[in-house]
Amino acid sequence: MIGFYNLMEGVIACLLIAGGAFAFIGSLGLTHLRDIYMRLHGPTKTTTLGVGCVLLASMLYFSLVGKGPSFQEMLITVFLFITAPVSAHLLAKSALHQKLPRDPRTRGEIEELAEDEEHEANGDRLP
Amino acid sequence: MIPAQPWLPMPLLSILLLAVWLMLQQSLALGQVLLGGFLAIVIPLLTRRFWEHQPTIKRPWLLVRYILRLLGDIIVANLEVSKLILDPRGRMQPAFIEYPLELEELFPITILASTITLTPGTVSANLRQDRRTLLIHVLDTDDIPATIDTIRERYERPLKEIFGC
Repeated sequence: MIGFYNLMEGVIACLLIAGGAFAFIGSLGLTHLRDIYMRLHGPTKTTTLGVGCVLLASMLYFSLVGKGPSFQEMLITVFLFITAPVSAHLLAKSALHQKLPRDPRTRGEIEELAEDEEHEANGDRLP
Repeated sequence: MIPAQPWLPMPLLSILLLAVWLMLQQSLALGQVLLGGFLAIVIPLLTRRFWEHQPTIKRPWLLVRYILRLLGDIIVANLEVSKLILDPRGRMQPAFIEYPLELEELFPITILASTITLTPGTVSANLRQDRRTLLIHVLDTDDIPATIDTIRERYERPLKEIFGC
């Protein structure tokens, strides 16, 4: 007979494994993807869910073991969801400002990166 | 909604500060409530000058629905991006999209940009100076107008309703 605590233990273990897997895939994206704009997708999405899973597991565990429900983890999740997009936005903005090269398959001509191509065409690109 | 008072310029911010304080302390003791209440009144008063004009939330219940939908979309987004990263063939069609904004106030635009970053395959990269266009990088799309429509219908229109602008 599987008791309530065994069941919750299984749920917590699954959440931890899922969290670790998502965090790992996010980091894998950092090495695998081609340009900085694509690499940004890994840490912004998979890592938030990875940390979210781990925090949910921690919340469940300490609610069952400790005294009463634990809410601090929820605050971490909320702060993470607020700050992750902002840092990603700033990274993308500075990448555009530096006119970092993008993957040749990227479609859409944009004025933020336009000057670079002009320079290249004129052959006066800085080393 | 609680109306703003001279000593309480931003009621929502005050409530949020008090809630965060009590959650951090993990207690509902009278002393903590008093200290949290004191901070919740003093901090908005001291920082009032730094705040942009805050639009009022007209329909709070729609906001709750929006947050729930967002949580669901974050999970879907993660699965999709994970699939793309793990795909050994690596057939991705990234694109830059210029998204014409319908929202005008800064705060709803901020929420929209954050939402876009957290949801499937999109990162908001730049808000143009005139605040009319948001530059979005998409990890994988074969139909750019459809992507714009999805964002418009799923996120921007509800935000417009919530803030009533």
